[in-house]
This record gives sequence, structure tokens and C-alpha cells, in this order.
Amino acid sequence: MKHPTPKATRHVNQNEGLIFEKSSPGKAAWKLPPLDIPEVDPAKLLGKAERKDLGHMPEVSEIEIIRHFTRLSTWNYAIDLGMYPLGSCTMKYNPRVNEVVARLEGIANGHPYQPEKISQGALRIIKTLSDCLLEITGMDGITLQPAAGAHGELTGLLMVRAYHEVKGNPRKKVLIPDSAHGTNPATAAMVGYAVENLKSNARGMVEVSALEAQMNEDVAALMLTNPNTLGVFEQEIHKIAGILHAKGGLLYMDGANMNALVGKVRPGDFGVDVMHLNLHKTFSTPHGGGGPGSGPVAIKKMLEPFLPKPVVISKPDGTLGFEYDRSQSVGRVRSFYGNFGMFVRALAYILANGPDGLRQTTEDAVLNANYIRKGLEGAYDLPYATPSMHEVVFSDKLQTKKGVRTMDIAKRLIDYGFHPYTTAFPLIVPGALMIEPTESEGREELDLFVDAMKSIAQEVEEDPQTVLNAPHTTRVSRLDETAAARKPVLRWKPA
Amino acid sequence: MLEAIGARSIDDLFAPIPAEYRLNRELKIPRQMAESEIVEWFQQRSKENGSEYTSFLGAGAYMHYRPVIIDSLISRGEFLTAYTPYQAELSQGTLQAIFEFQTMICELTGMEVANASMYDGSTAAAEAAMMAVRVTRRSSVVVAKSLHPEYREVLATYAHHQGMPLAIVGYSDNGRINVKELERTITPETACVLIQSPNFFGTIEDVLSIAEIAHKNGALLVVSIAEAVSLGIVEPPREADIVAMEAQSFGVPVGFGGPYCGVIATREKFVRQMPGRLAGQTTDPNGKRGFVLTLATREQHIRREKATSNICTNQALVALMVNIFMNVYGKVGLRELAKQNLAKTAYAADQFGKHAQILFSAAPRFNEFVVKTSEDPYVINGRLLGHKLVGGLPLKKFYPELGNAALWCCTEMTTRTAIDTAAGMLAESEAEEPTGDHAVEEVAR
Repeated sequence: MKHPTPKATRHVNQNEGLIFEKSSPGKAAWKLPPLDIPEVDPAKLLGKAERKDLGHMPEVSEIEIIRHFTRLSTWNYAIDLGMYPLGSCTMKYNPRVNEVVARLEGIANGHPYQPEKISQGALRIIKTLSDCLLEITGMDGITLQPAAGAHGELTGLLMVRAYHEVKGNPRKKVLIPDSAHGTNPATAAMVGYAVENLKSNARGMVEVSALEAQMNEDVAALMLTNPNTLGVFEQEIHKIAGILHAKGGLLYMDGANMNALVGKVRPGDFGVDVMHLNLHKTFSTPHGGGGPGSGPVAIKKMLEPFLPKPVVISKPDGTLGFEYDRSQSVGRVRSFYGNFGMFVRALAYILANGPDGLRQTTEDAVLNANYIRKGLEGAYDLPYATPSMHEVVFSDKLQTKKGVRTMDIAKRLIDYGFHPYTTAFPLIVPGALMIEPTESEGREELDLFVDAMKSIAQEVEEDPQTVLNAPHTTRVSRLDETAAARKPVLRWKPA
Repeated sequence: MLEAIGARSIDDLFAPIPAEYRLNRELKIPRQMAESEIVEWFQQRSKENGSEYTSFLGAGAYMHYRPVIIDSLISRGEFLTAYTPYQAELSQGTLQAIFEFQTMICELTGMEVANASMYDGSTAAAEAAMMAVRVTRRSSVVVAKSLHPEYREVLATYAHHQGMPLAIVGYSDNGRINVKELERTITPETACVLIQSPNFFGTIEDVLSIAEIAHKNGALLVVSIAEAVSLGIVEPPREADIVAMEAQSFGVPVGFGGPYCGVIATREKFVRQMPGRLAGQTTDPNGKRGFVLTLATREQHIRREKATSNICTNQALVALMVNIFMNVYGKVGLRELAKQNLAKTAYAADQFGKHAQILFSAAPRFNEFVVKTSEDPYVINGRLLGHKLVGGLPLKKFYPELGNAALWCCTEMTTRTAIDTAAGMLAESEAEEPTGDHAVEEVAR
């Protein structure tokens, strides 16, 4: 197989079985200190509650564990290896200083219930991050308690509902554009709202006349991603907000694409009432193979009474503390105060950037996306000509003529040394290729990516089978997902 | 690059944003800092955050030793900086690790399937209750008062708009759920009974008899486990239908409350009602074993408003910490570790019992115990702070009926010296006249 780009080459990686297949009695990687108090007899203390057998838990040595996970790690792609152009996922560089400061003794080992007097460091971190995020979003109040973006959506809609309930009518439904992320409708359902679909117009934006027709006193809120999942800024956002507000509805903004706005425009200034942020997207906390995230929710003044409790307050003596006594709060959405370790990392990122750095980050992210758009125009179909912000969405329309679909192109991209872009989303673009480079990439990496994508487009014309059978360079070829779902094997069992 | 795009300036690219909304000033946030300044700033915060104290706090956040290889391994960029493993061919490392994680959680909990993680123990418990509602097609939930009070609060928040009434069942003199009250409270509409074991007081519940009551009434039993280390020596809730866990104890920093690692485990027959990601084994066209995310038709990106939950991002890297921890201690070490926790706690309860009342001693406990004093525990804790000790959690905030009671925790990290010092201070306080309550309470709260 030919390999037309210099980005990737094949290298040997190690085979590795399941850890259970390496286990044997007597191997161990642990050592406890001798007890400084008398031994106990578990049978006497626990009676029939004593556990006698830990089943098939592994018994392995330390170097076996190190090698096991190191070998597994080499089977992963990562930002540290190259561009990770997943649209709407904002896979940017994860600065290592963030990891260092998150592991400082008092920060890593502070207990959530330790007295406030000796928690001032953690409280200061929460307060400083909150203040920065309020300035960045242009909002009035914030909670950092939600553990992820979808959890933030839940929290935001709970506040929306509480707000309407206090006004005497919780209302019945939430409007969601057809381009929205799947968490939006799933969240609305969890808060007891019916979901009503809002169709996009030919430019990929909310059709204002449709919104006007659908808006009435049953609508609690519109959940809008801005820029939307096409990477398009909703230019009529002020009209959208106006239509909602005129009928007493609220504008919820999904902040998944905030990387296009930071330092350039503030949602609070264009009519947003409630929004969540994804610290693991916009603010560089590592995705870690799927989490942890953090989904702060920022709100306008009228939603402040409904914030989850506790909230951090400044006391008269200048110290910080938690306030629990909030009668209109929607309650708690998570134990303790949220994913505090992510707050530390996000704040370190903000401090490392400062005002100029954050603005430039946004500019670079938008510049990079437009550079890719320009580079791939012609090679791939661009279903919406509307200007792109931080991401660009192509479709596989030109390639389907040869029987090649977006997922095939994505898999072939792996052979060129890149992680695939987001496939088949947003749903309004059949066969979507959703590409978000972020600000982290330099021109060299972007050029490699454009070359790879163009080369694949050419392969589709000349040798579609190579693309259809991709990837060719990975440990495993395309895995049988249908069989996995039909007869699920979800755990190892001894032979 | 601008030239290649055909733009004159960077501002051209932001033209789609209406001019009146553009921010024409700098953000008012701290100025850009050098790496050395950032480290210095956080070192200062660390010092202000009790970095030199020895703590007797548990209550859902446990201080256990973290083997160093956990951070060595999770710091590898291939784990740290990878996305959710949707593209299986270049995510086999993460996927196999999740598969192994699921297996070990099953082995430890006595369940048949486990998911890849939930946000934490509190949301896992709430989602487990909602799952029970879907499985049974019943509406209400019976909750033990000895479930972590903050888990109960989260459950109440989630339940509010689900049409899911909650009924609370109290505890008896031995700290276990009040079985008679449970029998009276459970109805034909009860989807599940939700308990914690070891419960918030550290007391190990009689899971078998609670399961019998739940099942007799056609309800499921959901067991929340907040202290995972207990699984090394306490019989797992094999009779439960759903286990909702917090795995923080397994190698995850206490970290002022997060990120932690929730998990839901259950019976195979309920798997399609389970929330969260699942890794499954399959093969490629060459017959080679591999792993994929599976049963995605339960999830929001496929099912949208009909999904089992809205969860998307989970706690993957934290689950990897848990995974490595379980490998380090393994079949033998987990028991020995749990045994040390048991021993330290038994010793501390003995020592404290010389000077104060130890509540709930008629039932077995794991590594927490409730101490009732004549003096306000905030006052006692104020004195302990002066000795760089953080005393137990005063319970009046959550359980006013328990008066001057506090929840103390000992782990393998708690030294005899610390226990003896604290017990001595307790003796001192029991002997002394209480000092000016107000001032000390301010300090110890």
C-alpha cells in the first residue's frame, strides 16, 4: 500500500492480552506497612458480613502492570501524537503545568468537609475561576457543580423550570434546532419537557420566521448552540432572543463551541439567559479517553435564586465560604462541589493565557478552520456556503458516487496518521465530515491534514477499495459492531 | 494563512458576528502569567488549603494511599489526551482498559455487568433509581435515611421532574435501616429500595433481609457503595439488582470533592435500561479480538430524548486510576488493605469509647464510626485544629436528632499516634468546661 504523506509510518507495537490472562497466585504489586495497632479477627468483627473470596481479581507484579498499560496506551491515538480534528469536541493541547498544579499537596488532598478556615485555597480557586468565567461569558452568576456538559444542561434547564414555576407556570416544551447535539433533547426529557424540533434554514441557521410561528407561552426555552454545529454563528441571535423574551421564554446556550467566541464576543451581551461551558473543551482540561469533564452553568441575574447549592460567598471578614441556606435553589446536582480538579486546570489555562492570549486563541482557532475549509473546497462538497467560525462541515456527496462514505474516509485518515474528524453529525448534513482543528495546530500540521484529505479524495476516484477497506495500519481492522451489540460480551470470564 | 484564505485581516473572519455584540476591549481577567508564576500562585493556594493537617474525615471522600504508578501511567499522553473511544481502531488501549475495568467491578460487586463510569456516587445512585423505575414500570422510590445525605439531595433534585415520589425510611438503634418501617413504607408502586452499605454511619447493612423485603414486594434493591475499599473484606450485595458505586477510594485523590468515579453495575437482564457507556468484545474481519463501545442505542447521541440518560462525557481517566489501583492490590492485597482499615477503626472506636459514647455498635461497621460527646463537636474540632488534626464530621447539619454526634473515619493511613492524640483531646474536652462556643465554631466549621 502506498503512503503518500510524511506524517505517519508503521512501527512495531507489542501484543498484550487481558490482565486476567497474566494473573497467577502469589504475584503482587502491593506492600502495606506493619500495623501499629493490634491485629483484628475479621470474622469476629463482621460475622456473616465477612467476605472470604475476591473471585477472579488479578494477581500481577508491578512491572506487569506498567507494561500492560504502557502497551495498551500505544494502541491509542492522542493529541500528543497529532491533530485530533473532531468537530465540536475541541481537542486542543492539554498544558502539562495544569497537571502539576492539580497535584500539589493541599489541592490534591484537601477534604471537601474540612473546615472553611483551612479551605481558603480551594475556595479562592473556585472564586477566581468563577469570576473569570463570568467576565468571559458576560453573565451574572455561575455554578461550577455540574460534572460535564450534559450535566450542565440538566442544571441549566432545572433553573429554567424553577424560574417558570415561580412565575406560576413551568411551561411544557423546549425548542431544539435539528442541528443540535443529542444531549440537548435527552436533557429536556429529564427535566420533564417535551422536545419540539426547530428546522434550520438554507444557510444552516435558525429560521427566524419558523421560530416566530412556533414560539408561544408553552415554550420554556430554546436550546441553541452558538456557533451552531455547522460552525456557523447565528447572525440573527438578537432577533432570536427578542422573540423568546417577548413571550416570556428563555434563551439557553450550549457552550460546546465557545472556543469560537472567547475574548471576541460574550453570550451575555447577545441575549443569552443561561448557558453551560465545557472546561474540557474550551479551557483545555484533558479529555482522558472520555472524561472527566466539567460543565459550569452561567446565568443572568433573574436565575440567581435557583442556583444549585452551596454557592461560594465572600464573608464580611474577607474570607470565603459556602452558603447553603438558599430556599429557591434547584438543589444539588452532584455531591460536594463538582469536579474541582478540573477547575484547577482550567484556571491555570486562563492564567497562562491572560486577556490577549485568550483572544488570540479564539482567532487562531477560527483562522485554522478557515484555512482547512479553503484547502479542501472543491475536493469535498461544502453543503453550506455560510462563513465558518472554529469548525467546518463538509459532506461526502462527491465521494458517495464511488460508494465511499464519510466513515470510510475517516477510517482512511487513520492510515495517514490522523484521528478522524466527527462523522455523520450534525444530522442535518447527510454524510457529514465535521472538522475542528483548534488553535493548537501550526500551519505544517494543517498542511499535512489538507494533503491527506486531498490524497484520500483522489484515492476515492482511482482506487475506492483501498478507502473502503481502511484502516490498513492499525492493530485491528474494522471491528464487527453489530455482533458486539447483538450478543454483548461485556466482561471477561474464565475459560 | 490569511492570504491563502483570501482574508485581509483576522477581523474579516469574525464579520459574521454582528458588530454591536463584538467585544471591543480586553477581558478583565488576570494578566498572562509565566509558568513559574502559575506554579507559585497555586502553591500559595495549596498552603491555604490544609496541606499540613491529618484528617479523620470520610463521609464519601476517603484518604487512602495512592500507589505512585497510577499517576505514572495515567500521565501518558496516549491516555490523558485521547478522546472518547468512538473510533475503535485507534482507541484499543482505552477500550480494553474499560473492558477490564467492567470485569473487575463485576467481580468485586457480585454483579454481572458494569458500565464504564458515571460522574460520581451521588449521580450514580440517582440514575440507578431512575433505571429501576424503567425496569419495573413503577414510579416511586424508598430511600434509606442512612444513604449519604448529599446523595439523597441529588436524588431529590433528579426525582423532582420525573414524577418519582421519594419516601424516606429511618435507621434503628444499631445504625441499620429500620426494617419494620421499611415494610410499612414499601408499596405496590415502589420501583426500588435504595440503601447504602456500609451506610453513611459506617454500619454494614443486612443486605439479604432488605433484599427479601424488596423482592417480596416486586421492587428492586439498589445498593449504593461509597467506600469501595470495604469490598475487600465486606460481603458484596450479591442479592441487589443494581449497585451504584463511588470508586474514589481506589486510587483517586480526595481532591476537595472531585473528580471522582461513579459506576453502575447490574444484572445482565437489565443491561438495556442501564445508562452510560459500555465496552464490549468483538472481532475484526481477520478474527482478531478487539473492543468497541456497544449498545449505543441506549445513549443520547442515537436515541436523543428517548435515551436512558443524557450522560455523554463520563469519568474515563478517573476510572483508569481505579483500574490501576485494583490491579496493584488485586485479589489478596484488597483484602489485606481492607483488614487494616477494619483494625484501625476498631482500635480508634475502642480508644474513643473510653471518653465518649460510640453509637450504633450493635451492628458491624467498616472504617467509620459515630462518636457522641457531651460537648459540641465543632468546639472539639476547633481544639484539634490547633494540633494539626481535622476531627470527625459533626452530624447535626444532616441529622439534628443525633445531637452532638460526629462521624469519624480511619483508614490504613491513620496512625496510632494520631488516634491516641485525638482520643486524648476528646478526654481533655470531656473533662474541661466548654469554652466560648461561638468563636471556636467559626474556626471549625
